[in-house]
Amino acid sequence: MVRAFLGILGRDLKLAVRGGIGSLVAVVFFVIAASLFPLGVGPELNLLARIAPGVIWVCALFATMLSLDRLFQEDYEDGNLELLALGPLPLELVVLAKVLAYWLTTGLPLIIAAPILAVLLNMSLSGFTILLVSLLLGTPILSLIGSVGAALTVGLRRGGVLISLLVLPLYVPILIFGVGAVDGAIVGLSVRAYLFVLAGGLLGALVLAPVASAAALRMALE
Amino acid sequence: MARRAKARASIHFFANPGRFLRAARIAYPWCAGVAGVCIAAGLVLGLYLVPADYRQGDAYRIMFVHVPSAWMAMFIYVGMAVASAAGFIWRHPLADVVAKASAPVGAAFTFIALLSGSLWGQPMWGTWWVWDARLTSMLVLFFLYLGYIALQNAFEDPTKGARAGAILALVGVINIPIVKFSVDWWNTLHQPATISKVDTPSMHASMIAPLLLMVVGFTAYYFMVLILRVRGEIAARRIRNLRLAQAGH
Repeated sequence: MVRAFLGILGRDLKLAVRGGIGSLVAVVFFVIAASLFPLGVGPELNLLARIAPGVIWVCALFATMLSLDRLFQEDYEDGNLELLALGPLPLELVVLAKVLAYWLTTGLPLIIAAPILAVLLNMSLSGFTILLVSLLLGTPILSLIGSVGAALTVGLRRGGVLISLLVLPLYVPILIFGVGAVDGAIVGLSVRAYLFVLAGGLLGALVLAPVASAAALRMALE
Repeated sequence: MARRAKARASIHFFANPGRFLRAARIAYPWCAGVAGVCIAAGLVLGLYLVPADYRQGDAYRIMFVHVPSAWMAMFIYVGMAVASAAGFIWRHPLADVVAKASAPVGAAFTFIALLSGSLWGQPMWGTWWVWDARLTSMLVLFFLYLGYIALQNAFEDPTKGARAGAILALVGVINIPIVKFSVDWWNTLHQPATISKVDTPSMHASMIAPLLLMVVGFTAYYFMVLILRVRGEIAARRIRNLRLAQAGH
């Protein structure tokens, strides 16, 4: 079972790496989108520092959503998904392996790029660590919830637009607690509560999201 | 597989909705009557007979539309989730139809609640929209409704659409308390200084009667529209099945 899980994980990672620039789209989008904000609101440093945590988080939200529609779509189209569903590994764990691969290729690069953006947006240095921790806890939740949207729209034409409509309202709490943690750290408040809520959300999503995604995939394969 | 599907179609789909339609025929005039009488009485009482509030003046009368709509918006979402769960677990087609038929009504009530809240906010807070915790979580609820309706409509096969919608509705119902809680927390942190919400002291007894009347009236109205929509949906599915059968020959 562990081998099958790691097999799917390795396969998806290999596909992402050999896909070349495709997997880097999310992080490039993240950087470009965030660097549009100074052009939109003006270059005043105080204002940028004030909105930096929110801008980084919102851009991360959109960036993780960007290629969600490819999460199951290719495997669905070429029949791989049916083989995976018939295989020995429960579909829930297949979903988990694919989401993990998705997060490693889209979520993790965002976390690496986030400090650069924070510098560009003149964010206070005291928030940097918490920004990284909150993204580390938050972006996997985004990928997990996103997998439900991706699974629900897998057989549909123009599923990509629909995913954003399904998934964005569900992202609200993560955004609030993610930004809250960074804002709290900048003004010197204790941020334990925020991080605990995010960690709890991650645990909950780890358990519940694969079940919902697998149910949706089974329906699509019927 | 085909036999199972056929058996399912004939046993559940035609027997049970048939019984539902007979019951609905009896219930419909009652719902319509209760809705008409209660809403009319509630409006007359609330808008003309109840005295104006000493602090908010006549503006508070928006409450008699706003509060019942907000209540219905949440009630219908919970009802939709319960129906979705029933439809998903027992593959009960009528429950699927009820869930699907409820969504636009719930979305409409949510919209009315948002609109009336905004209209109420203008005289009270001096602005059309504030990022008040309740308004914000209502807005998220509205988006959830829209997503549900869009997902339902994206499927050509109504049974598949119903199952996808059921999963989404159930995920949403887990998320709604979390959204509510997070928005409340967010709002207490970012409470704008200029706005102090008029805290509601215990309501005057004369205001409760029209409010209750409106709640009962709105609920009856929901059931009335639900019956109409379910009837329409059942008819549409019959037409679809007949067409498919015809095309099969």
